[in-house]
Amino acid sequence: MSTPRLDRRMLLRGAVGGGGLLGLQGLLPAWAQTGSPGLRADLPTLTGPNIDLTVGHSAFTVGGRTGHAVTMNGVLPAPLLRLREGQNVRLSVTNNLDEDTSIHWHGLLVPFQMDGVPGISFPGIKARETFVYEFPIKQSGTFWYHSHSNLQEAMGHYGPIVIDPAGPDPIGYDREHVLVLSDWSFMHPHEILAKLKKSPGYFNQQRTTLSGLLSGEDRMSLEERRMWGGMRMDPRDVLDVNGSTYTYLINGHGPEENWTGLFRPGERVRLRIINASAMSIFNIRIPGLPMTVVQADGENVRPVEVDEFQISVAETYDVIVQPTGDRAWTIVSEAIDRSGMGRATLAPRPGMTAEVPPLREVPNLTMRDMGMDHGGMGGMDHGAMAGMDHGVPAADAAPTHDMAGMNMRDPGNAPPDMAVGVGVDMVSMDPANRLGERPIGLTDVDHRVLVYTDLVSLQPNKDQRPPSRTMEIHLTGNMERFMWGFDGRKFSELVEPIRFERDERVRVTLVNDTMMAHPIHLHGHFFELVTGGPAGHQPLKHTVNVAPGSKVTFDLTADAPGDWAFHCHMLMHMHAGMFNVVTVRPMDGAPS
Amino acid sequence: MNRLAAALAPLILAAGAFSAQAQDPHAGHAMPPPPRTQPATPVPDPHAGHQTPPPVAAQDPHAGHVMPPASPPPVTDSHAGHRMPAQPATVDPHAGHDMSTMAPARADPHAGHDMSTMSMGPPDVPTSADNPGRPPEDPLPAAALGGPVHAADLVFGADAMAASRRALVRENGDVRVTAVILDRLEAGFGDDEETWLWDVQGWSGGDINRFWWKSEGEGGLDDGLEETELQALYSRALTPFWDVQAGVRQDVRPDGEDTTHLVLGLQGLAPYWWEVDAAAFLSTDGDLTARVEAEYDQRITQRLILQPRLEMDLSASDIPELEIGSGLSSVEAGLRLRYEFRKEFAPYVGVEWSRSFGDTADYIEARGGEPEDTRFVVGLKAWF
Repeated sequence: MSTPRLDRRMLLRGAVGGGGLLGLQGLLPAWAQTGSPGLRADLPTLTGPNIDLTVGHSAFTVGGRTGHAVTMNGVLPAPLLRLREGQNVRLSVTNNLDEDTSIHWHGLLVPFQMDGVPGISFPGIKARETFVYEFPIKQSGTFWYHSHSNLQEAMGHYGPIVIDPAGPDPIGYDREHVLVLSDWSFMHPHEILAKLKKSPGYFNQQRTTLSGLLSGEDRMSLEERRMWGGMRMDPRDVLDVNGSTYTYLINGHGPEENWTGLFRPGERVRLRIINASAMSIFNIRIPGLPMTVVQADGENVRPVEVDEFQISVAETYDVIVQPTGDRAWTIVSEAIDRSGMGRATLAPRPGMTAEVPPLREVPNLTMRDMGMDHGGMGGMDHGAMAGMDHGVPAADAAPTHDMAGMNMRDPGNAPPDMAVGVGVDMVSMDPANRLGERPIGLTDVDHRVLVYTDLVSLQPNKDQRPPSRTMEIHLTGNMERFMWGFDGRKFSELVEPIRFERDERVRVTLVNDTMMAHPIHLHGHFFELVTGGPAGHQPLKHTVNVAPGSKVTFDLTADAPGDWAFHCHMLMHMHAGMFNVVTVRPMDGAPS
Repeated sequence: MNRLAAALAPLILAAGAFSAQAQDPHAGHAMPPPPRTQPATPVPDPHAGHQTPPPVAAQDPHAGHVMPPASPPPVTDSHAGHRMPAQPATVDPHAGHDMSTMAPARADPHAGHDMSTMSMGPPDVPTSADNPGRPPEDPLPAAALGGPVHAADLVFGADAMAASRRALVRENGDVRVTAVILDRLEAGFGDDEETWLWDVQGWSGGDINRFWWKSEGEGGLDDGLEETELQALYSRALTPFWDVQAGVRQDVRPDGEDTTHLVLGLQGLAPYWWEVDAAAFLSTDGDLTARVEAEYDQRITQRLILQPRLEMDLSASDIPELEIGSGLSSVEAGLRLRYEFRKEFAPYVGVEWSRSFGDTADYIEARGGEPEDTRFVVGLKAWF
């Protein structure tokens, strides 16, 4: 049991090993410096039972320009925390800012009061105070940590966590690198949000235009445009904030700085990839080099070899690559609206580079992204399906669609308790389960792309009881006013929490009533994505990307008593209201 | 009565626009037939008796047969979502399935009946959209409702938590913003004297409730200020795209005919991205007038934008001292081409045609003016 205490020690022990290096490198922890040989035990990462972190202001330079960052121990990204399953850890966090701060250990299963969300888990860390987090490490894998206060995360307050398993690691590798992906803007995040409130398309420099129509470059007919215009929706609104203001970072390096990780040809290299962005979903590829996905959100999965995968905000993926030859390989993290990319290099020696592919075409949203289950069934032949007698009338097996007479905002398609008001500009009329579909922008690439249904938990699921109850939660928004919420309400409207009984097993379906992707994160728990994969091996996730206009179903065992945050990890969506509290009762010691 | 109707017409038009929006934004679109059918009753589980893992009752993974597009083409069998566990073949899991119409080329993908490694795609769990009757959700287990209200109060105390809980509410949805929008700051060049005008508005507040102000003024380079108008409004979001606004308007004229009005208006975004501002004004002299403005941004490129703009003024009565006749008193139609150096800063050039009608035109002609005017404009659109 820990309580906050004042502690004014300056706590930089072992933190900034690279601090003495020149210029750019000065603000980077050693593992994130370019030419990194990879993670090694002798690298100055933070490890052991006692770890000290200090949150403060720093200057951050990228692309030749310097801005203001909020950092931990003066580095961006924050120091790597390297822990071991089964240990206890005490993390003393000192706040040198003039405002409250906090650290949330994203994906770590901790007692609720250690989860780091001010107003839910604890009161927050006041200016110039120290809070001591203390908890046992009960899992292994790749995780991360970040502020849960006042958009500080968007200013650099994030870092990676690697937890080594207590026993042997089922994943074999010779070398490992951590890749922290993020988005950096010289515009203050509050300014970004204010721009979005006044002009939701502010950052979009890839909208459809008359010249794009005439030249055909927009790949959209006049008829389609009219339809989108009639709905007052923008088919190019893929990322609200994008490369027009963001520099995409990998380990704190912009594309020009080109972070480089070293390998010896033939080695199995484990890349621990963390999307610590505020607002950016990336497509990851290493042109020419297949990647074997072995872990998602810190949980091992059956190996899947792919050429590209999408990583939403707050997700982590571990992949194994085996680069060969005396050549370099480019790691590309391309923003899904193709407005920019992060770039890094794997090379046998520092200074080597490989070709950087150009940005691809901006994708156009489709009616499927508007919650209409039209066409696009990926070659699934309804006619043939109807022939398979599943006891369902054939007419239902091949639903057909008619835009005339459809209501894009029919409260009848929403749960009875949903508030279909100003904050809801659409209700998906036929949300599809898109877990088996390639994510946006990757439907037509001619190589292998990871889909959620490819993920199969390596270990059997611990709780294989059938769910005793179902729940439906709608992700709602008003694009034009940049309002976001659950079930039509912003958290600031004083909503009812989402309540679970301790240890109950609930099947939760998230319905996305918006045309944007939402990475939904539940604190304190892992949920099992219902992918239809091998029984008892549903993949465990702490964050799931709910594709536009789609639905996602997960099974949850609510086994962590306390109060937990549940929110969209698009930071601006969360700040605009897409947030709620999940309660799990009874607490320890309470009569049940 | 007719005049009143004329004055209210813009409001009614705008209201029509937003109620249409509330109903069917696709009206008039020719889209592919035929009507979508919806199972009226829950589909019975066709797998009854099969040893499928028992998810919750109403959750037949096959309802509706919306099978996901297996991203590599479906080389395996199409029983997506059957989730048949790797049971030693006790029962034929295919009993009862009529597979006679399946593509004959397919070898039996079920040989050995080991379906444990099948990954055919996720089940289609029904939601409210599939249930027009919207069956109520399962009730909460009583224990889920147990105390304490806030778990952290047990650890840190209610007093220590209270302030951070307020901050949490503020930081997750309660965003307040202030905007100033300079729609038109322009000079006009026509047959007679050179003119200038401003058309500025701004707002402060959250998503629903806002204080909104608007100001317009125009004059001649020689004659100086002709008239100024300032509105102070309470604006409330009524539907996703429309705000209703109410407040006062004060007109200031150098000739002393200052008037005060009550304002009732609608402002928002009509289908096809038309920005509309429609308001009725009731003056302290009892005159009822109305104004409708609509503008549309046609992007030629990302930065070069052509904006058609329309304004109509209407009056329910003759107001000789203001040279306004009843009915449709004037129309302005403009076309402005702007270049967005930044989204917030866009100079423009354009033309504006205006014409007065009926008695309004007569008043103008009576003092030797022209009821119709075309002028070239140069100006700036900006916001912050």
